[in-house]
Amino acid sequence: MAKKLMKGCEAIGEAAIQAGCRHFFGYPITPQSEVPEYLSRRLPAVGGVFVQAESEVAASNMILGAAATGTRVLTTSSSPGISLMSEGISYIAGCELPVVLVNIVRGGPGLGGILPAQSDYNQATRGGGHGDYHLLVLAPASVQEAADLIGLGFDLADKYRNPVMVIGDGMIGQMMEPVEFRKSPVLDLPPKDWALTGARGRKARIITSLFLNGEELEALNLRLKAKYERMAREDVRFSTYNVEAGYDVLIVAYGTTARICQTAIDLLREKGVSVGMIRPITLYPYPYEAVAKAAEAARAVLTVEMSMGQMIDDVKLSVLGKRPIHFHGHAGGVIPTPDEVVERIHSIRAGFQS
Amino acid sequence: MQVEVVMAGFGGQGLMLIGKLLAEAGMEAGLEVSWLPSYGPEMRGGTANCTVVISDRPVGSPIVKNPRDVVAMNLPSLDKFEPVMKAGGFLVINSALINREASRSDVHVCRVPANEIALQCGNARAANMVALGAYIGCAGILPIQRIEHAIQETFEKKPELAKLNLQAFARGLELAQGQGKGAQ
Repeated sequence: MAKKLMKGCEAIGEAAIQAGCRHFFGYPITPQSEVPEYLSRRLPAVGGVFVQAESEVAASNMILGAAATGTRVLTTSSSPGISLMSEGISYIAGCELPVVLVNIVRGGPGLGGILPAQSDYNQATRGGGHGDYHLLVLAPASVQEAADLIGLGFDLADKYRNPVMVIGDGMIGQMMEPVEFRKSPVLDLPPKDWALTGARGRKARIITSLFLNGEELEALNLRLKAKYERMAREDVRFSTYNVEAGYDVLIVAYGTTARICQTAIDLLREKGVSVGMIRPITLYPYPYEAVAKAAEAARAVLTVEMSMGQMIDDVKLSVLGKRPIHFHGHAGGVIPTPDEVVERIHSIRAGFQS
Repeated sequence: MQVEVVMAGFGGQGLMLIGKLLAEAGMEAGLEVSWLPSYGPEMRGGTANCTVVISDRPVGSPIVKNPRDVVAMNLPSLDKFEPVMKAGGFLVINSALINREASRSDVHVCRVPANEIALQCGNARAANMVALGAYIGCAGILPIQRIEHAIQETFEKKPELAKLNLQAFARGLELAQGQGKGAQ
């Protein structure tokens, strides 16, 4: 398929269709309303179902119901909408159902604004709703990667019977870039022998997150824990930039912010300063070991985020006090500039010489 | 090679569209591109702008504080973006709506009365295409045929509009080329 110039939101919608998703339930909210807009046209054309629910709470329960039948299902929203869905998402995790959620993050807290932010990192990576659960969280840095990770997300959701969240920000959602819908390498997925498909001729199956017996509920939690440990073994993803050249400062950034830092690194390179970057693609499971290893080669680490500092906690858990960790961030839709990052690097390096 | 251009004006002047045409033409020419709209509350009624980056390597930050080039369709846009342009860049000024000269002397300036030219072509709404033509005419960043092709594809189902827009684009191109590379 030829490259096409597409908005991130539209590419997300098309990628879901290419991944075999035929069900969408959601509620519009800026800056991701182009996803439901796109799918409201496209899904009926491919024999799928599009429902604009009466609320996000309703949508989160509709995706639970659809996923229970074994079909691929998507919902997309933005920060306050994801908060409203949190009840359903916790139930989905408890029921061990595969769904793909997209959060095109906007500034918060509260109703916040509509501009790009990364302030939902903690909510996304620590579960978000009640109970002991995690989402598998994927963070694209381009429109192409957003499309690729939607395809991969559906496979990983099925592999683990776990909700997967693709997290972007207003910039990923609203930006247009060339995109190509590649056939994603199909994972060897387990059969959906748990799906509710009608019990005629076989034993009835039950999908529930209600376990009144303590041992049974603990067994579920142990099963979830084993699943998260397997994710950490098999599905940690990250990319690096300019690490081959050697560096004395390591930047850790994800999503849009990593793009900004990439430009900062290019600017620094022109001035003869070599800075490396590691960009987590899976925010959960987090690439702790890779960040630790990359940090070892540096004298200091700089975490850049569009928040007041959330991922920095995971950077600290990676580095374990072995290197000083600096932070640069903006919030509320204010976006860090490459020049600011360059300046920050200079001031960190000035500290080395004194 | 990397070019960043901000296209700015009132909401409704079609800046998003000419930015998209530019990005599409860049993509068809085999280059890396990004198109980023201002999607804040200013979208309706106020100023609207988009940033297009065209590069021969993967685009880093799609947000650009200091663009090389600016297409200013109204005065607030000129006031906002002229001071942050890189030296040596190209500045297109819609002189139909902006009654001041450029204040920078270190950029190439191209003045076109885009609304008037568009009206001569048959529809004042094609002023954006005149500006796009003027921009390509002075900055010369992409082959003319690539842009013409993008216009044709966009208005495939409305041949009348395709014709009008191509004509407006050609007039802008002609005017800019007539001005040479502008003042230094």
